[in-house]
Amino acid sequence: MAIEDDVLVLGGGLAGTTAALAAADQDVQVRLVTHKQSTLRHASGLIDVLGYTPAGDGPLVDPFDALSDLPDGHPYERVGVEAVREALSFFDDVAGEAYAGAHTGANALVPTHGGTVKPTARYPASTAAGLASDDRDTLLVGFETLPDFEAPLAAAHLEAAGVPFTARGVTLSFPGIVRDDAKVTRYAHLLDQNESVSTGAGETGAREALAAAVEAHVEDESRVGFPAILGDEHAAEVRADLADALGVDVFEVPMGPPSLPGLRLEDLLYDALEDAGVRVTSGVPVVEYETGTDGDRIDHVVVDRTGSKLPHRADQYVLATGGLVGKGVRSERERVYEPLFDCHVPHAADRYDWFVDDVFGDQPYARFGLRVDRELRPLTADDEPEFSNLRAAGAVLSGYDFAAEKSGGGVSLATGYVAGTRAGEEGGE
Amino acid sequence: MSDAEHPTDDGAPGDYPIDDSVSSDDEFEPIQVFPEAEEMDLRPGADNCYKCSTCDTNCPVAEVDDEFPGPKFQGPEQWRLKRQEDHDIDDSVMKCSNCMRCDSACPSEVPLSQMHNTARGEYVDEHMNKLSREYIRNRILANYRRLAPLAAAFPRTANFVMGLSVTQWIGEKTLGITSEREFPEFATETFREWWTKRGGNATSKQRAQDARAQRGDAKSQSEDKRIAYFHGCYSNYNTPEVAKALVRVYEHFGYEVMVPEQSCSGTPMFANGMLEDARRAAETNVRELAAAIEDGADIIASCSSCSMSIRQEYPELFDFEGTDDVAANTWDAVEYLRVHEDLEGELEGTSLEDESFAYHAPCHSRNQGLDGQTIEVLGAIDGIDAHDVGDSCSGISGTYGWKEENYETSMKIGEEMFEHMDDAPAETGLTECPTCSMQMEHGTGYEIKHTLEILAAALVGTDHDVDQRRGQETR
Repeated sequence: MAIEDDVLVLGGGLAGTTAALAAADQDVQVRLVTHKQSTLRHASGLIDVLGYTPAGDGPLVDPFDALSDLPDGHPYERVGVEAVREALSFFDDVAGEAYAGAHTGANALVPTHGGTVKPTARYPASTAAGLASDDRDTLLVGFETLPDFEAPLAAAHLEAAGVPFTARGVTLSFPGIVRDDAKVTRYAHLLDQNESVSTGAGETGAREALAAAVEAHVEDESRVGFPAILGDEHAAEVRADLADALGVDVFEVPMGPPSLPGLRLEDLLYDALEDAGVRVTSGVPVVEYETGTDGDRIDHVVVDRTGSKLPHRADQYVLATGGLVGKGVRSERERVYEPLFDCHVPHAADRYDWFVDDVFGDQPYARFGLRVDRELRPLTADDEPEFSNLRAAGAVLSGYDFAAEKSGGGVSLATGYVAGTRAGEEGGE
Repeated sequence: MSDAEHPTDDGAPGDYPIDDSVSSDDEFEPIQVFPEAEEMDLRPGADNCYKCSTCDTNCPVAEVDDEFPGPKFQGPEQWRLKRQEDHDIDDSVMKCSNCMRCDSACPSEVPLSQMHNTARGEYVDEHMNKLSREYIRNRILANYRRLAPLAAAFPRTANFVMGLSVTQWIGEKTLGITSEREFPEFATETFREWWTKRGGNATSKQRAQDARAQRGDAKSQSEDKRIAYFHGCYSNYNTPEVAKALVRVYEHFGYEVMVPEQSCSGTPMFANGMLEDARRAAETNVRELAAAIEDGADIIASCSSCSMSIRQEYPELFDFEGTDDVAANTWDAVEYLRVHEDLEGELEGTSLEDESFAYHAPCHSRNQGLDGQTIEVLGAIDGIDAHDVGDSCSGISGTYGWKEENYETSMKIGEEMFEHMDDAPAETGLTECPTCSMQMEHGTGYEIKHTLEILAAALVGTDHDVDQRRGQETR
């Protein structure tokens, strides 16, 4: 017999977890199936709504001003502005004190590890003291063994971008790390557990040793930024200890992949799933599906568990398997396709029309994905819903270029929230 | 990208066609650039790696030991380095604990553990001194199955001797087996001894028939309800109560249990790079289990590493006849009942004396997508409260944490699990992996149970209840 639930969400990233949480809010039994780890680990942990318009105007001060002008087919246009607001407030409730930015509808400007400034709607509490709109002078601290963050360069870049403060960068060696290729999780663990490390001054806790190494370099700055490796499970405690020892505010600068703020967001969301009673099946792919007798509804999907085929049945399904990077949309020489249900993915017949030569130009492939109706049901080439009980959310959708618009997190939240809520409502009937 | 380059696609259904029928209008003719592979070809796996480092963030060893270069290096990077004559396998491969977390982490379908297993095998084969203390120690640990029968023959003596501090001291000084841990106790009666005494398959056949008659529903009447139990070493020699619980639960659902001849699953051998030992063990298992499938049985395992090994590592590393068939028909004990029976329905309404458990999902369960299963299933039993202690690794990883040089790392990895067990409102541990259970006990002092023991207690009662019931029936 099949393993049965009311709502089955396929995909475990921001859209999938949001959909599962929203569905569970409707008092139905929800299961989330996710194959490999989601792209949250690649993500900065920032929740963008819209930083730039599709035409490239920005950075936008208020993303909501621009939302109503988006072209037909854009995921925000599909769900409507009000749903975006509701989804953000839903996220605020889930994230609690771990995230900031809910006090205003305007975008915050968060410095990145390259020294650029990114407009974003919500940001981890760990980055809050670093905002570029804050005029306090800033010291950035980088480490010899973490070449992804070149602090003096990032500081210079920030100043060149016209931030209203003086930024300075120093590069130190990280107490307790000897290898050049230590993983970011190693740094975080060292600080989380406050492991004992050897320094010139003898054996001390890792947090104390780090503070001691930085102390001599702080001049007039009242805030110090570190690459985002300041702890994982006990990150708030690590930051507080460093701030106490240094007598300044401490913040993190979001990094590229693999990203601790993305990992922490993932942990936060999965804890919320557990609290909400959502069942999670991870590490296994969905490989096929069966429709009911009329062919209009998905009856069940089949999960492959290292060779065994396990049927999973639900009343409603949400597809949140990601885009080209997350592999919810795939391509080969002749076609672009959605691998689970083979939903229609509009694209040019000639693959040389899938891209333009200007790398940062308006890339057609960036918008590849599923077209959906206002209920977020994927549409066939003839504009009919592919299945009456399938909705799609997140990067698997077409019609937006999240990298250019800075809209990835917001679209995942808004469409995940709407798809999950609708699936929960119908699945409970 | 020019047409001459191989696209970085990765094995999706209908991927890059090598035959030219599809792309003939492109005037594209693929040519064979690389010679035919003589050994396992891991190139497509290596080429799939786009260096996102997701695997590295999942590695429990790299998190506590920065001298371990992580799975991305051990897998695709080392494989590439090795293409040049001047690079040998780096000895850091022996620091990998074979938890296989990187496998289910990789978003790009790189067969990391397969790469690690082959690299480790090659390292041990070609670079490890066969007279070294490390090699001899590893060989002993990997082949625990060969020593266990001896200890099981004289369990009390063995338990006494193994428990002596002088034995532990000698173990550490001469072999490098940590003296911090206490050796697991051997049972005074192995599972197979119990099974034979109980009347073997004939008894099970009868009990299954009785159960089917009693259950009454048409579906239960099938004569084909038959399983072959792969008990592995630990539940045979050390925790026969787990194996007995499995037998009782399956007979309760009307399944006839067979217990075929079997060798070690190979898990400790893979982890120690003893691929030839593993091959011999796997050959026996595939032969015996394939025969059981031929007899109409599905294969059921109660140890998460045994099922992992048969389902994933066998097909990745060996090609005996029947390997794929055996892999595809092997199941985790609880999973099988969920799919073939209404396990949760059956558990609804059962109750046990109030007890709380701190549940740890073993890495090898996690890799099979089974990490949520136990909590879901046990939720149906009144009085049982199981708390998931999170997704960290226990740190022992089979024989890994038994080695003197790994003990500290192993305990550092386990720290998070110990903390969470401590936080959970429970004083008893629960897991499906024998060595995780050793680590849980070692770190917390809790008694550790197996999920099947709880299911057996809820569905058929304790050993004592069962014996009493049957005693009355036969009277």
